[in-house]
Amino acid sequence: MPIDPPAPREPIDPDVTSAEAHEAAAEHLSLRHLLRGRGDIVGSIAAGGAIGALARWGLAELIPHGTGEFATSTLIANVVGAFLIGVLMVVVVEVMQPTRLVRPFLGVGVLGGFTTFSTYTLDLHEMLREGHPGAAAAYLVVTLVGGLAATAAAIAVTRHLLVREGAQ
Amino acid sequence: MTALLIVLGAAVGAPTRYLADLWIQSRHETRYPWGTFAVNVIGSLVLGCIASAVYAGSSPEWLLTLVGTSFCGALTTFSTFSFEAVRLTQEGALATAVAYVAGSLAAGLLACTAGWALVAAVT
Repeated sequence: MPIDPPAPREPIDPDVTSAEAHEAAAEHLSLRHLLRGRGDIVGSIAAGGAIGALARWGLAELIPHGTGEFATSTLIANVVGAFLIGVLMVVVVEVMQPTRLVRPFLGVGVLGGFTTFSTYTLDLHEMLREGHPGAAAAYLVVTLVGGLAATAAAIAVTRHLLVREGAQ
Repeated sequence: MTALLIVLGAAVGAPTRYLADLWIQSRHETRYPWGTFAVNVIGSLVLGCIASAVYAGSSPEWLLTLVGTSFCGALTTFSTFSFEAVRLTQEGALATAVAYVAGSLAAGLLACTAGWALVAAVT
């Protein structure tokens, strides 16, 4: 009876896998060398990032908030993005045949551009500065717990729906 | 016009995050996601500076859109941050996951506040 090979596992860093990091480590570490042979990847990430950021901006226009107020649009973008990267990584690693540009375009680009950590910290800073510590605490916790739960749920649900038992 | 600023900033910010992540991840062997940690903290610092300058009236509003919302927004990422924390937990590296989440939040908030205060002090 043949022994199934171990199922592929998602990397820790979805943007730069350990294989990519080792490949880069073997090269000279100047920016020029990092760019060489990765023009298509970098271009895909730029295009994806622009699309993601436009969507985040659109959402912020749709659900505006004043300075120091609870930032619902950023919260939604970050939690939705955290869910989608869970779906994406299971599909890319466990369902699809390996491709060169899907993960950079959708994961590093679109989802990286759609979600934001800097606006999260600035929103927190503004809520604290404007004297809304309660809103800041709620925003901090809901974003964090919501995001982590969304990623974990997305990985589990996608694997359950799309990855057949004993496949590979 | 705003859409163009968003596209420009993000088209630079997102690849910068990738290259910085690649550069940092190729230089250490630990499981702590230093690459994403670094871009998230630096992006928070820069956004704090820009927001403070615009708030003080010493920088135009469009600069906040281009460098803040767009470049820093795309340079930093919450989706990758969340994924890394969950994957570390799944791999049994709970302490690393907690240190990553708490460290990113504390350093990010501190960087943003420091950037804001620094620019507020000189404007």
